[in-house]
Amino acid sequence: MAEVTLTIDNKEIKAEEGMTVIEAARNAGIDIPSFCHHEHLEPYTACRICLVEIEAKGRTDLHTACSYPVAENLVVTTKTDEIIEIRRTLLEMMLSHAPDSRDVRALAEEYGAEKDRFAKESSFCIHCALCVRYCAEVKKKYAVGFVGSGTSREISFNPEIASKECWDCRECFELCPTEALQTAYLFTEALTSSSTPFEFEFKEE
Amino acid sequence: MPRIKSPEELENVRQDILSRRDPNKSCISICAGTGCLALGAGEVIAAFQSEIEKQGLHAEVDTRSAGCPGLCERGPLVVIYPEEICYVEVSPEDVEEIVSQTVVGKKAVERLLYTDPNTDEQIVHVYEIPFFKNQKRLLIDDNMKIDPRNIEDYLAIGGYSALAKVLNTMSPEKVTEETIQSGLRGRSGSGFPAGKKWKFCRGSEADIRYVICNCHEGDPGAFADRRVIEANPHNVLEGMIIGAYAIGASEAYVFVGDEFPQTVENIYKAIEQAEEYGFVGENILGSGFDLTLKVSIDGGGYVLGESTALMASMEGKVGEPRTKYDHATDKGFWAKPTVLNNLQTWANVPIIINHGAAWYSDIGTESSSGTRVFSISGKVKNTGMVEVPMGMTLREVVFDICGGIIGDKKFKAIEVGGPMGGFVPESLLDLQVDYEELDKVGLAMGPSLIVLDEDTCIVDMVKYFLNFLAKESCGKCTPCRDGLRHMINILNRISEGRGRKEDLDLLELIAKVQKKAALCALGQGASDPLLSTLKHFRDEYEAHIEEKSCPGCICKALSAASSGANA
Ligand SMILES: Cc1cc2nc3c(=O)[nH]c(=O)nc-3n(C[C@H](O)[C@H](O)[C@H](O)COP(=O)(O)O)c2cc1C
Repeated sequence: MAEVTLTIDNKEIKAEEGMTVIEAARNAGIDIPSFCHHEHLEPYTACRICLVEIEAKGRTDLHTACSYPVAENLVVTTKTDEIIEIRRTLLEMMLSHAPDSRDVRALAEEYGAEKDRFAKESSFCIHCALCVRYCAEVKKKYAVGFVGSGTSREISFNPEIASKECWDCRECFELCPTEALQTAYLFTEALTSSSTPFEFEFKEE
Repeated sequence: MPRIKSPEELENVRQDILSRRDPNKSCISICAGTGCLALGAGEVIAAFQSEIEKQGLHAEVDTRSAGCPGLCERGPLVVIYPEEICYVEVSPEDVEEIVSQTVVGKKAVERLLYTDPNTDEQIVHVYEIPFFKNQKRLLIDDNMKIDPRNIEDYLAIGGYSALAKVLNTMSPEKVTEETIQSGLRGRSGSGFPAGKKWKFCRGSEADIRYVICNCHEGDPGAFADRRVIEANPHNVLEGMIIGAYAIGASEAYVFVGDEFPQTVENIYKAIEQAEEYGFVGENILGSGFDLTLKVSIDGGGYVLGESTALMASMEGKVGEPRTKYDHATDKGFWAKPTVLNNLQTWANVPIIINHGAAWYSDIGTESSSGTRVFSISGKVKNTGMVEVPMGMTLREVVFDICGGIIGDKKFKAIEVGGPMGGFVPESLLDLQVDYEELDKVGLAMGPSLIVLDEDTCIVDMVKYFLNFLAKESCGKCTPCRDGLRHMINILNRISEGRGRKEDLDLLELIAKVQKKAALCALGQGASDPLLSTLKHFRDEYEAHIEEKSCPGCICKALSAASSGANA
């Protein structure tokens, strides 16, 4: 693998070709926040929290660090006033779904995001799709997916697959940045609707 | 019909068709476009055919089920050739009189003529009707002269001569150069120079290249792109074949939805005939150039018109936009070099080849050449499909072509560019249809124009577009999905009289973040109608919030309050 040199927040960093900016940064001890990135899953670019400023070939634009491939001489800035405003607003949107999520709240504090900027939403889900993608890409079970489009998009369990596959797995719950409240609720609903009684044990963190 | 094997043979076929046609023979052309068919044109066509039979005129009179010329509001439309007499709102009961009086007696039936709504003058000839006269019609002028399902009609007006010229006398590079010189820019609103896109694609090493015609047009109420191909499909196919030759593509696709069955049937029929005549397939006109041409039916919503979603859908994947760092001209459909152009971009190509780049680039403005066909709806006297030269002002479109506002109410705004466009107020009506001019005020060259009068509520219109996008967005990224949700929540409370002073700033903040952070162009443009109205119609928002009144008297919770106050 060829090695490339890039600059992240004024720090010169070596990375392997094929890596993404977020990986290179984290390897160098620079944290770029993200909710939908996972090292074992394909880049998804949906939460948009990892947007950073990248200067390449004379152009400076915002890009998602979780998908942008490293290249020689990239100049990456992970925090600017613009990025802070974007992250703060996105976090405020997430807080309207998951006001009690530890992960969201921790970042919200860092970025000064207000809990009540937006009206509360009934769904806890922030649509990072970690559960959906993990189940499809790693477990290859497709027990959980998305239904609906646009503002009505929500995760949903397929009762038939879930009743067979999910009992002994539930690995996706651990991945959820919003404490799996929505996942748990929908999972239970999917299983009760498929008439299997199910005692759901909620893990204390 | 055996395949035509050379440009000379094509000319012979054309001469043969023309020799069988007498330009002075009477022809009754009835619009068989989607609009007129919905108004009963099918029965009118049948009535003409049986009336001609009854009067024993079939040797002297032809009938034609023609392509849509655009005056859809007044359909079913009939034009009698060679006199070019135009009748509007024709019903089967009128048919006998038209045949006896006009076709046989050479006299106009006055009661069926178009009456100018502004002068009350009756107009006999189709090209004297201001709606047609004030347009610049490069793409749609021949529509009443051709039956879209009859390739001979297209050949009779010179069809496929541009293709013959290209294959016979021009290198692919020369075709690309000519297209660059013509100044032809992407008609989807991107405005990207078509020839340059082709050049990039040709320069990309690959074993196969693709050409795609974007005929998706998911904007609510828009139908211009689909009507253009429905009325004259061969013109679009010819443009695509020429483009494919220039690019070195061996497969071409028309990506189209099946909302209008007539449109799709006409495309299938045209491809079938083009194959039969040898304009697609192997060794086209003996040139050694091979191309297959197919239809790809899109089954989805607005976002499928976006390049990456469109190609994913064509590959059988979920039709959602993707983050990509490669251009489609390098890695597009099946990760091969691909040129995706809007339908009207393709439709201009044969015209450029036939008339030359210099002729073409003289039409329009310095930076925007040619014309744009729009579907126009709303509160104007004449709605339908109009072809506007670049550089024409929106005022001319609304008042000169479309006859002004119905009931002589006051003009309020014209919406340009659909759900990712914006609203133009009276004070900017002299804005020209031109990529740069529109861009300056944050608008894009979409396929539809919607005219609003004083009885419209701007807040309500913006809500309509945002609700449309809230359904049509894929819902994948936070700023688009949640941003739209919160913008709609806020607008709902404004129109219910619960608006807060700080709401307008909050809307602007969401819009700003959404524009910068959304994954695809849908999210990035979703707030454009909102932003344009916050700029040009801010007083309407303020009236809703501060005075709790709705100037257009549309918002129920508020109209009552304001009329109550007036009573
Ligand atoms: C949400 C969205 C919808 C789009 N819909 C269409 C469409 O219906 N037709 C179209 O030609 N282009 C559409 N586009 C633009 C295409 O992505 C692409 O730029 C265009 O087809 C290129 O053609 P042109 O260069 O000839 O304009 C859309 C873009 C977005 C972001």
